[in-house]
Amino acid sequence: MYAFRYQTASSAADAASRLAAHEDAKLLAGGQTMIASMKLRLASPSDLIDLAGAADLRGITVDARGVTLGAMSRHAEVARSAEVQKALPVLAKLAGGIGDRMVRNMGTMGGSVANNDPAADYPAAVLGLNATVTTTTRSIAADDFFLGMYETALQPGEIITSISFPIPKRAAYMKFKNPASRYAMVGVLVAQLADGSVRVAVTGAGPVVFRVAAMEKALEASFTPAAVASIKVPADGLNADIHAQADYRAHLITVMAKRAVEAALA
Amino acid sequence: MATPYIGVPVQRREDLRFLTGAGNYTDDLTLPGQTHAVFVRSPHAHARIRSVKTAAAARAPGVVGIFTGEDVAAARINGLPCGWLIHGTDGQPMKEPAHPILAQGKVRHAGDPVAVVIAESLAQARDAAERVEVDYDLLPSVVDSVEALKPGAPLVHDDVAANRCYTWAIGDKAATDAAFASAAHVTTLEFQNNRLIPNPIEPRAVNATYSRADDSYTLHVSNQNPHVERLLMCAFVLGLPEHKVRVVAPDVGGGFGSKIYLYAEDVVLTWASKKVNRPIKWTAERSESFLTDAHGRDHHTRAQLALDRDGRFLALRVDTKANMGAYLSTFASAVPTILYATLLAGQYATPHIHCEVTAVFTNTAPVDAYRGAGRPEATYVVERIVEAAAREMKIDPAALRRRNFIRSFPYQTPVALLYDTGDYEATLDRAIEMADVAGFPARRAEAARRGKLRGLGYACYIEACGIAPSSVAGSLGARAGLFEAGEVRVHPTGKVTVFTGSHAHGQGHETTFAQVVADRLGISMDDVEIVHGDTSKVLFGMGTYGSRSLAVGGTAIVKALDKVVAKGRKIAAHLLEAAESDIEFADGQFRVAGTDRSKAFAEIALTAYVPHNFPHDKLEPGLNENAFYDPSNFTFPAGTYVCEVEVDPETGIVRIERFVAVDDFGNIINPMIVEGQVHGGLVQGLGQAMNECGIYDSGSGQLTTGTFLDYCMPRADDMPSFQVDTRSTPCTHNPLGVKGCGEAGAIGSPPALMNAITDALGVADFAMPATPQRVWATLQQAQRKQAA
Repeated sequence: MYAFRYQTASSAADAASRLAAHEDAKLLAGGQTMIASMKLRLASPSDLIDLAGAADLRGITVDARGVTLGAMSRHAEVARSAEVQKALPVLAKLAGGIGDRMVRNMGTMGGSVANNDPAADYPAAVLGLNATVTTTTRSIAADDFFLGMYETALQPGEIITSISFPIPKRAAYMKFKNPASRYAMVGVLVAQLADGSVRVAVTGAGPVVFRVAAMEKALEASFTPAAVASIKVPADGLNADIHAQADYRAHLITVMAKRAVEAALA
Repeated sequence: MATPYIGVPVQRREDLRFLTGAGNYTDDLTLPGQTHAVFVRSPHAHARIRSVKTAAAARAPGVVGIFTGEDVAAARINGLPCGWLIHGTDGQPMKEPAHPILAQGKVRHAGDPVAVVIAESLAQARDAAERVEVDYDLLPSVVDSVEALKPGAPLVHDDVAANRCYTWAIGDKAATDAAFASAAHVTTLEFQNNRLIPNPIEPRAVNATYSRADDSYTLHVSNQNPHVERLLMCAFVLGLPEHKVRVVAPDVGGGFGSKIYLYAEDVVLTWASKKVNRPIKWTAERSESFLTDAHGRDHHTRAQLALDRDGRFLALRVDTKANMGAYLSTFASAVPTILYATLLAGQYATPHIHCEVTAVFTNTAPVDAYRGAGRPEATYVVERIVEAAAREMKIDPAALRRRNFIRSFPYQTPVALLYDTGDYEATLDRAIEMADVAGFPARRAEAARRGKLRGLGYACYIEACGIAPSSVAGSLGARAGLFEAGEVRVHPTGKVTVFTGSHAHGQGHETTFAQVVADRLGISMDDVEIVHGDTSKVLFGMGTYGSRSLAVGGTAIVKALDKVVAKGRKIAAHLLEAAESDIEFADGQFRVAGTDRSKAFAEIALTAYVPHNFPHDKLEPGLNENAFYDPSNFTFPAGTYVCEVEVDPETGIVRIERFVAVDDFGNIINPMIVEGQVHGGLVQGLGQAMNECGIYDSGSGQLTTGTFLDYCMPRADDMPSFQVDTRSTPCTHNPLGVKGCGEAGAIGSPPALMNAITDALGVADFAMPATPQRVWATLQQAQRKQAA
């Protein structure tokens, strides 16, 4: 780790102005990726602006429109929130399956979504549940947010403040964990939204979270495991590494989608 | 008064300090004037060093010293030695290319140390290390032992042709060939025994200091055998007088073999501590552990088993290419030879065995002993091929094993070992019963109805422990004897401090050894302290590896205890005015036989130190005895493991549903500790078979699995709840009748699991590790074959 200045922000606006004041400043939103990168000397921010004290970035609100979570909601908070468990159990379960206990107690939803790791779980929830990402400057639809590997629609200086999830009719997330890292090697979130439309969002398998149109169409026609069981996803462009070649990942997308439908119906 | 301690599951007395943060590890030690070292390492697998520029780094804040390979060469520091000399089939000694402590001329694996930077703080040392400029000429690299032997392969050492360290063989080739010619059935299998990266929880750590006052050095190091470390470093590398060097291995957080060896960092810091006249500390980062700890296994093997029409084994033929890595680590040459090929008889009366081993240099981290060391590789060969033969010949795998078991002891194998005792039928029977093998067909059918594949596999392992009878070891190339030393110091109050050359780094010696001592002396365990790991306290030690601590180190203590009791009898005879021959010792009392006249152990101890009227010509004051024990033979723990798995063919995920381990460890001192050792060994072995694999990229020579993101350690949720039991035949040649239990789990479990998986998948040829992807791909391939 290189030396850096540690700052604390009292609000999202305070964080934005501190961020603007230093060219190489970075936000600290749990630090489960950032601190590790810094320890390996892969990241060397001049300033770290800790969002942990920004009260306006916290809080969980449930109303008729859905569930809104402050960007600094820790994974463990989401997982154990009785309100989230009741209104949006798929999200509570997904959050409870991220990393290990220490990661869940430090890592935040906003941090994960802004980092957009190709194997992170939250992007599948945001895209699969058709969430809206609210920032210090605007609202961004899920379909417009995730652009590429570690790349999002966020502009320099823009900070995620909250994320709003509409309540689906039914949804489930199935994760095939990388045996070594336990990140999602393939994670599939299947949701039947309130209007009857279906979303199938896949994380871990490609460079960035993506939807599977053929599966969505089939499930809109018939929301059953059989509807997706024989839909094959092309392996082209999927991730390939020592743990899973692209064809295996493609196969697992179908298996995990099928099991997610089963779980959503259960 | 006398409590029996042998065979009692006494809680581990060391755990209080380990579990409450009161342990004392090398990195915990900070000395006055402490400095910190960072090593500049090769980012390349193979390159010539054009230049190393240190001027900019030397000007960095806080830098105390920088040393490179040139400095080491100028100081005429030798390379790291190998402790075992193998002679090849051509009669020539193995190739022992220099292993400099800082690279000279060439780097030969990613992570090879090039320079050391010493600074006031670790952060300053890191910053300065980034300013060391090394100019490399990249060379093509080779990481695989089979590839490295091919003509035209890059040469790791310019003067070692074909990268061949040696080709060595054991057994009667002509007789083996003749047996194959007459065989009714021959089973052939090729294996890869995957490379493992040890990863003890405490990384290697060193703190070296030099004292100008008396020109002496003290090295604290996370190591399994401090005396051997000192001997190798003083006598072979630095040329320091041994009495001026103290090596302390304090609490050590696991080793599994990887901390047996003398490493470059240990020597560099010891040498440099005088140059900078400051204590220097280095603790490996996990990334450095991955790159530079000695790895394990990495064999390519082709094996053939010849059988008659009734399934009797006629001969076994084995050809192995063993990857040594870039340099010979301390015991590297012994692992794929003496510790491997001599175990190829397994539990079977195979009359003829021939094994040829070629050891090969590659551009990878050195490979050396890792929990089991050669014996897991041998057991894997034997137990996979026996199971494959049973399936090919449609004979029940347990029945085939029974048919070939060795049944009379002592038994001379065709590969040098003399088994003293065993009862292989007993462990097999008990394992079959515990695993409910009879109910397996019903469980398999039930799994099939759920779309799952169920499989069952056996492994009947044997290992040679209690390393080693020095004469045997010497005749096989060991450059040192492998005895152990112990000292029993009885204090005037009857309390006892025991100094042992065995080192504990998780094994629980402080408990087990104290049980032995308390039991023998008839005193309380609370009155016994076990001291190890410090050359200034312990008279000598060969250290801990090869499941030798109790069988060899424990026996040395017993020998010293016998001497204490013998002297105690003399003292008692004097005090009780009886003939020495009339004094009996039992339950902590020296008694005149047939009378009620006795003296307690503590009274004798006090008398020994306040001897007012000893007959000085016959009796010295004091009660302090030491002993060296050199075993007359190896010990031979053995057992049967049965594994049952369920495979999800949709995902390739393997679940271990049952795992039964029935071991013969001879007599058992502490059954709880033994069970813990078995559990740990099983997880390590199953980890190898299910998860772990050290992979180097064949193009770049880089370690692909250099972090826990990619190197898959076994976790608790990968494991079943183990069912373990023992069936014991006491060792015939040590007084405790013990055999050793530290490695068995890691030796027997990989073939048991792989035999279960291949049974589930219906294929013979499937290599470790059984990751979901590899299981799925194998099933896909089998399906395609079936369709075609």
